Amino acid sequence: MIGFANSLSRTGASLLALFLLFAALWLGAAIGETAIPMDVVGRTIANRLWQAGYSLDPINEGVVWNYRLSRAVVAACCGSALALSGVVLQSLLRNPLADPYILGISAGASTGAVAVAILGFGAGLLTMPLGAFLGALLAFGLVSLLAMRAGRGHGAIILAGVAGSQLFNALTSLIVTKAANAEQSRAIMFWLLGNLSGVRWPDAWLAVPTAVIGLLVCLWHARALDAFTFGSEAAASLGVPVRRVYVVLIGASAMMTAAMVSIVGSIGFAGLVIPHAARMLVGIRHGVLLPASALIGAIFMIAADIVSRVIIPGQVLPIGVVTALVGAPAFAILLGRRGAAR
Amino acid sequence: MRLSACNVSWSKGGVSILENVSLDVVPGEFLGIVGPNGSGKTSLMSLLAGLRRPKSGRILVDGQAIDRLSRREIAKRIALVEQQAETGERISARQAVELGRTPHLGALAPWSSKDDAIVDEALRNVDMERLAARLWHTLSGGERQRLHIARALAQQPQVLLLDEPTNHLDIGHQIGLLQLVRQQKLTAVAALHDLNHAAMFCDRIALMSGGRIVALGRPSDVLSGERIAAVFGIDVDVVHESGGRCHIRYRPPGSPVVEMPVLRRISS
Repeated sequence: MIGFANSLSRTGASLLALFLLFAALWLGAAIGETAIPMDVVGRTIANRLWQAGYSLDPINEGVVWNYRLSRAVVAACCGSALALSGVVLQSLLRNPLADPYILGISAGASTGAVAVAILGFGAGLLTMPLGAFLGALLAFGLVSLLAMRAGRGHGAIILAGVAGSQLFNALTSLIVTKAANAEQSRAIMFWLLGNLSGVRWPDAWLAVPTAVIGLLVCLWHARALDAFTFGSEAAASLGVPVRRVYVVLIGASAMMTAAMVSIVGSIGFAGLVIPHAARMLVGIRHGVLLPASALIGAIFMIAADIVSRVIIPGQVLPIGVVTALVGAPAFAILLGRRGAAR
Repeated sequence: MRLSACNVSWSKGGVSILENVSLDVVPGEFLGIVGPNGSGKTSLMSLLAGLRRPKSGRILVDGQAIDRLSRREIAKRIALVEQQAETGERISARQAVELGRTPHLGALAPWSSKDDAIVDEALRNVDMERLAARLWHTLSGGERQRLHIARALAQQPQVLLLDEPTNHLDIGHQIGLLQLVRQQKLTAVAALHDLNHAAMFCDRIALMSGGRIVALGRPSDVLSGERIAAVFGIDVDVVHESGGRCHIRYRPPGSPVVEMPVLRRISS
């Protein structure tokens, strides 16, 4: 009976999650500088997906389909991927301040992407996302090495991450100033702040599979992540193949971060703050925490994108600015709570 | 299940920690491992738990080398209670015990009512049912350690390894915890600091010094005054009791030797 009630409530929760996600996407397509009625959004989707044949203003239809919806889908994937990376890194490193941005993974991915895009690294063999992935892995490797040499304390990996971020951001700037022309460097600087302006459907073909595969890989390891609650030694004695889990999950985080950075640039604080919000709502079991974080991340990022488009009339703010405006105070609160807990 | 170490050596950073250690854990016994700080107790525990690989020699589970078994297979047979494992997560007492089911669960074996029953029983065994809903950070050191033992029991192991489980506990909790382990009727191996606790609860004691086992046997055979003086550098009087047990009385440094017959008479 309990099992039946459980599976019923799980189905209910999943349906609610899907509903919220679709509602957010819908709103993302409707709200903007020119508001487009909700039913037009619905008809546009019906026209494009099922050739429903509604007669619509072609401009509105084009704005909804080509600009806003693709953008909302990519924003959702980006929010999910960053939140999942945050959950995984916080659990594996047992550090509530860990996230791909703070640990320098995003900065490394930016450097990798820029190296491929401007310097032509890999001469056609490497695409920008692949360059970002290699940059992300390199950055995390360097940061881990530095943290190991600096000692095992909670602070070491964060300090190493700060150093790593600075280094890779400086490298990115160096590449941009040295090799890019004026127009390129303006575009790249804008992209580096986190920007969804140029996003179209082809980007979604990278973002959606990455986020979905990332979520599935993380969910597959949900129990292993639970077992890290008391540290890696405890996880090992509970039967978790610790080294393999580290490689797979940190690889998955780097992959998700890199794919999103190569599309929208490095967006800070989402990966840090959303896992904490999700923990407060649904608790610490990763079987629930992971999908909840992915959902909240998706909705948060769609909302941040809407805000970035409408807050200054006639101008689009980089989305990274919006997430940082929300995330930085939240980060400060976390730091304060950590200090109080000691 | 039979757990044994055969000529095991282990080193860390070029420093030899364990040298040629051999040990057979007899099924059903409570084996205590005692020795000074740095004598290799913790290292031996983690080798026995399969968490580290010996540099030479082998750890055997029922005659099979432990590194032939997967981590999950090991965790179904051997549970380890570490020294003071802590967490900053907002985890409840019950959730901490539920982690013990990890090796038995998988994609094709989800959580079931059987797991709930096992967790309930483990909580009951350590007398922590009342506090099951409490959050970890609101519990005392003694309660946390009991939960670690409950988590290990929920693993349904055949061998329970405990690494200095009574550290930082008051004397009442120390005795209570060892009694609890004793009652479980499992094969247990515990690294212990207090010689009297080892003498009181263990069937056999392994005395370690400098990465070697210098004596192994019944408490009263292992814990002689000369041996304790040689290994720990302190003077003691050992009072022998019936059933191979003994009691150690620590002598203040520089005090005169008390004649053993006198002590025997006092104790009898």
